Amino acid sequence: MMWVEEIESLPRAGLESIQLKRLQALVHRMYDNVLPYKKKMDQAGVKPGDIQSLKDLSKLPFTTKDDLRENYPFGLFATPMDDVIRIHATSGTTGKPAVVGYTQADINLWASVIKRCLTMAGVTRGDMVHNAYGYGLFTGGLGAHYGIEALGATVIPVSGGNSKRQISIMRDFGSTVLLSTPSYALNLADAIADVGVDPEELKLRVGIFGAEAWSENMREEVERKLGLKALDIYGLSEVIGPGVSMECTHSEKGMHILEDNFLPEIIDPDTLEVLPYGETGELVFTTLTKEAFPLIRYRTKDISRLFLEPCGCGRTLIRMEKVTGRTDDMLIIRGVNVFPSQVEHVLVGIEGVEPHYQIEVTREGNLDVMSVLVEVSEQVFSDEIRVLENLSKKIQGEIKDMLGVTTKVKLVEPRSIQRSEGKAQRIIDRRKI
Amino acid sequence: MRVEQIAVFLENKSGRLAEITRILAEKGINIRALSVADTADFGILRLIVDKVDLAKESLRAGGFTVGKTNVIAVEVPDQTGGLASVLKVAHEAELNVEYMYAFVNKSSDNAVLIFRFDDMDKAIAVMQQSGFTLLNGEQICSI
Repeated sequence: MMWVEEIESLPRAGLESIQLKRLQALVHRMYDNVLPYKKKMDQAGVKPGDIQSLKDLSKLPFTTKDDLRENYPFGLFATPMDDVIRIHATSGTTGKPAVVGYTQADINLWASVIKRCLTMAGVTRGDMVHNAYGYGLFTGGLGAHYGIEALGATVIPVSGGNSKRQISIMRDFGSTVLLSTPSYALNLADAIADVGVDPEELKLRVGIFGAEAWSENMREEVERKLGLKALDIYGLSEVIGPGVSMECTHSEKGMHILEDNFLPEIIDPDTLEVLPYGETGELVFTTLTKEAFPLIRYRTKDISRLFLEPCGCGRTLIRMEKVTGRTDDMLIIRGVNVFPSQVEHVLVGIEGVEPHYQIEVTREGNLDVMSVLVEVSEQVFSDEIRVLENLSKKIQGEIKDMLGVTTKVKLVEPRSIQRSEGKAQRIIDRRKI
Repeated sequence: MRVEQIAVFLENKSGRLAEITRILAEKGINIRALSVADTADFGILRLIVDKVDLAKESLRAGGFTVGKTNVIAVEVPDQTGGLASVLKVAHEAELNVEYMYAFVNKSSDNAVLIFRFDDMDKAIAVMQQSGFTLLNGEQICSI
């Protein structure tokens, strides 16, 4: 079976009429149930009845990460909490996570979009799917899990970590499909050699990798080392989690967006004007079918392009280019979103530590390594090594608590971090992705 | 009987020690003793100099993080077992050495041991009771 639902190959006009009906219903629901968004619409002078065509989408106000923060944790939910059966969350810019909720119908929808993504990758009921995305508040693990079950394939809920054990499981259980971040896949590939397992013993066929940026070079490397076809999956927790778009086995131009559920736009991040297909800008999503936490025109801050040309697989769904950057200063370290402001927040909370810092990101082997450079002030300086090492450990520990990411802390001399006029250069990204 | 020592934070990059000594030389400051403690990422330079305050101000003006601490200087005969005799007393008194370094006094047959103990007051009392000679800052500078 090439695709699960007829909707994936509908002529554009048919798809667009479904999108419009869903959009109109969504706008009514938001206006009636989500007070902060109603206020935005009122301020913009838009009424639900003004949405007469898909073009009218541009009349609606945007939703931003700030809106999520201001309405933390559940203020933007569109259904009573009684109907919410699950919560997930991401890290947020001030340490407050973005919280997302799901009704039973949302969980079913999520399972169905993951199922469609797996089908795009050629995964079937007969596959043994090794799900190495983290399980927990992060949407990756559980999101993929329900979709794999919905497809009827066998899921191994192995989650992240303990690479040696993962390899034994892969070999003994005969895993055919691997789901993980691309850097973790490369890490596993290296561990195979360390464990002494012959790659021939593994049955891996397809890898579905997402949650962080990766390049064509990484694709080639992971395909060669693991002997599988590596495909890209895209999603973000605010929109649903993984399953917003997926690369098919034919596609050479990005990922098919499941647009019957997630309506994409590309905007100019400065003028906020909608850009035509093919132009580079910020990706914006409207969730057409979600119940508990629907979003209208959510600004992802991911930079991409949209392509409407037909695909060799027969799908008429629009495609998005692999995300090429961010409009903000968010870093993705081993799949975790990190904002420099979070690091700053930790540093100002430690007595005597100056908020002059720089974040250096490198790739050692296949893993991202984040180092925080902190200037040593006279207040924290000591003639004893132990005291300074304890300071390093304290900073490291508090960043780990805040971000869930292990960082290196490098103590540097005062004024050695460049002071620039205006915006300080907080990030030095030395990764060659 | 304490001696003032200055400590300077050293980032792990080339030329930092050279820069410090250049500044001290320019200001006519004489280094009597020094030690460098290092880790993989940074170091701490500890110095005993003849003009402590001038050294501190000059290095700070040169962009360094500088601290001032007290250490004690114990004078022992420059012969086998000299250091051992001091450490034996310290151990028996349950004093813990945070760090130490030493130099030989070329104008006599003595060696000078610089100590930072966890309990400095107790260390001074114990050393004096045990008959060791403690030098003050002026004495060290006149060596």
